[in-house]
Amino acid sequence: MKNALEIKSLKKIYEGGKQALKEVSLNVAEGDFFALLGPNGAGKTTLISITCGLVNKTEGKIIVQGHDIDIDGDIAKVHIGLVPQEYNADIFETVENVLYTQAGYYGISRSEAKEQIDMLLTKLSLEDKRKVQTIALSGGMKRRLMIARALVHKPTLLFLDEPTAGVDVELRHEMWKYLAELNKSGVTIILTTHYLEEAENLCRNIAIISNGEIKREGTMEEVRGGKRLEDIYMEIIKEAGGSQEPVLSKI
Amino acid sequence: MNPRQKYIAFRTIFDKEIRRSFRTWKQTFLPSIITTVMYFLIFGTFIGSQIKAVGGVSYMAFIVPGLMMMAVLMNSFQSMLTKFFFLKFQKTVQEILITPMPAWLVVTSYLASSMFNGVIIGFLIFISSFFFETIHIVHPIYAVLVILLTSMFFALLGLINATYAKTFDDMGIVSTFFLMPLTYLGGIFYSVKMLPGIWQTISHFNPILYMINALRYGILGFSDISFIYCIAVILGAIAIAFAWILYLFKTGRGLKA
Repeated sequence: MKNALEIKSLKKIYEGGKQALKEVSLNVAEGDFFALLGPNGAGKTTLISITCGLVNKTEGKIIVQGHDIDIDGDIAKVHIGLVPQEYNADIFETVENVLYTQAGYYGISRSEAKEQIDMLLTKLSLEDKRKVQTIALSGGMKRRLMIARALVHKPTLLFLDEPTAGVDVELRHEMWKYLAELNKSGVTIILTTHYLEEAENLCRNIAIISNGEIKREGTMEEVRGGKRLEDIYMEIIKEAGGSQEPVLSKI
Repeated sequence: MNPRQKYIAFRTIFDKEIRRSFRTWKQTFLPSIITTVMYFLIFGTFIGSQIKAVGGVSYMAFIVPGLMMMAVLMNSFQSMLTKFFFLKFQKTVQEILITPMPAWLVVTSYLASSMFNGVIIGFLIFISSFFFETIHIVHPIYAVLVILLTSMFFALLGLINATYAKTFDDMGIVSTFFLMPLTYLGGIFYSVKMLPGIWQTISHFNPILYMINALRYGILGFSDISFIYCIAVILGAIAIAFAWILYLFKTGRGLKA
């Protein structure tokens, strides 16, 4: 099967010397629902941000749907959608305008984008908020808007960076349903989350990253090895010395 | 992206920024108009009536191009600086960085919107000057050209400042310590020929002097420096600033982590 994403020996050292990624290599097959798990500061967001062109890499190679981001970066970017960890849309624009503007950035006219935007607003239960300024949206609505914005140009590879953080249980289940449906339609999804049951419910393959290194990778069953994902996760993080206990004890 | 897609992307940024400018007209257009009208009133009418003609025109007419230029350049600089710094600050810039838009397209789209604002400001100030003195523009095309080029240069400068700025304090450094002094010393209120020798020489190192004189030539038909020479200096400054900002966008310096 073709890979939607290939990462080869990816290294990132931030100014000041902090090494966020240490020669990370990772393949995600087309159509996969892939979980990228790890504690805060493990390197998940850095990896995603580099792939999306938001952070410069230090070394390594990234291929998105067969396009090297250093050579065909523009083509690779057309395939990528990102739901960021933090809400970052213009707070004074209406919901509808945020989506039309994002479509415009990809060279999609308003008339061409209309059908997709109408569909996304309906699917994500934002139809009645269409003309509302985004500053007036609740946290859950903002999350859904971020998902709609990431899908407006019909990407084939979608990154979800903690999409359900702070979202209530009911809405989270609704979002899971929609994401599963989206994946079924052929969109490859890479999910980072701290809710391990979310990863267990949705994802087929998984990688656990800690201190900038992939510690375990494989199918959900392989990684779990008959145990609960939470137990395996804690084992790996403790082995890697990435436990948050020292931080908690300081607090 | 094909040319049609690039045009749509360009219009998306341009229209969004123009919409924002008109939505916030009390901040975008009004302050420059009020400030300049005060200058017209105080320096042009109250003090100007005591000053003899400069270059064959009344003192009020003499200061109109300089004050127009000051408003255009400060507005172009500040509006670009503010909007881009907030794009960074709120991380909204990620919306743009993630797309396939080439760096030059992003820069030119923002520039075009700032130039549009510059022309509107220039036009409104010129209209308001009619309340004090009737001025016939000698070279209207030159005047519009100078306003467009100047607003382009200062918008680029604002973009560069915004790219490097990390805190709110960083936003004020260039305008307070460089732009304001250079603007006042650029010959808004006087002809450079009135200055004693050494000050005349020093003034020629001030790029704003060339901009004010170019606009003065466009509006009043005379200037201290040749119009062609002034345009060459402005174009040279634009080329340097454009290359600089393209480098920043391509490398992601100040924009990407």
